Amino acid sequence: MGTHQDDTGSKIGMWLFLLSEILLFGGLFILYSSYRYKNPIDFHLAAWELNRVLGTLNTLILITSSLTMALSIFFIQKGNRKLSALLLFVTLFLGGLFLGVKSVEWTAKIGHDLYPNSPRLLGRSGGEILFYGLYYSMTGLHGLHVLVGLLVLSVMLVLILKGKINENRFVPLENTGLYWHLVDMIWIFLFPLFYLIT
Amino acid sequence: MEGIFGESVLKDRDERFHKVTYQTYLFVWLGLLVLTGITVSLAGRDWGFLSIGMVLGIAAIKSGLVLSYFMHLKYETGLLFQLMIPIVLAALTLFIGLTFTDIAFR
Repeated sequence: MGTHQDDTGSKIGMWLFLLSEILLFGGLFILYSSYRYKNPIDFHLAAWELNRVLGTLNTLILITSSLTMALSIFFIQKGNRKLSALLLFVTLFLGGLFLGVKSVEWTAKIGHDLYPNSPRLLGRSGGEILFYGLYYSMTGLHGLHVLVGLLVLSVMLVLILKGKINENRFVPLENTGLYWHLVDMIWIFLFPLFYLIT
Repeated sequence: MEGIFGESVLKDRDERFHKVTYQTYLFVWLGLLVLTGITVSLAGRDWGFLSIGMVLGIAAIKSGLVLSYFMHLKYETGLLFQLMIPIVLAALTLFIGLTFTDIAFR
């Protein structure tokens, strides 16, 4: 009773947004693949320099944060608000950790004078310049998505603690979860493309 | 009978979610960890084109797991949900295919 609530409509709206995100990153993946196809050796050399350990660590962090996100939704549906809030907090923490690792990684690369337009990078071959351009723009855009995700997750945490999101009204949390899982899924593809295929 | 949005099913929403237990999520998580382990250990090998295919194949399986279980696509009903994703993936495949035929035969 009371206010009208269209759960299916809001979920479909969220999915449409997520699908446009898939096409956005999809375009960048096509750009990456076609440049890689044209400069296989340069991409091989440049990818060799990325820190595979940090990339793997971030993959594990993001996958685990997806688990805690899914569990947070699971427990709000069961009416366990406290556990849901706790799991959401863990998700937030893991997302922050991901960005922390990312910034350590970027700082090291920039410390080695490997950043767009750096003198050291400009002295290298065209393919390597392209690789680092794509590396910074694609992982940067993804990092921006993680940052936005953290902001939305924080709002959701406040709403759960205030009781505005509860066992009867949890679609905003579900939609946030969908977004968070999509960000995880994009990383699932970014990780092998940049760190594993050498 | 249900509409293309699967709206009438929403009444049975709780029933639908009872099918998912938290163990399901834990198993999916374990699966994702194992697949990550496999893909990282494969990465050192130099099998040329095959290793690119395997690494991307594993990424596809992982994203399939995330889509079906974490994002609940396995449990969504309604024609729209069942069509939206394949249409977008088909569009993306078409873009990739056309781009590569352009690059390859230019």
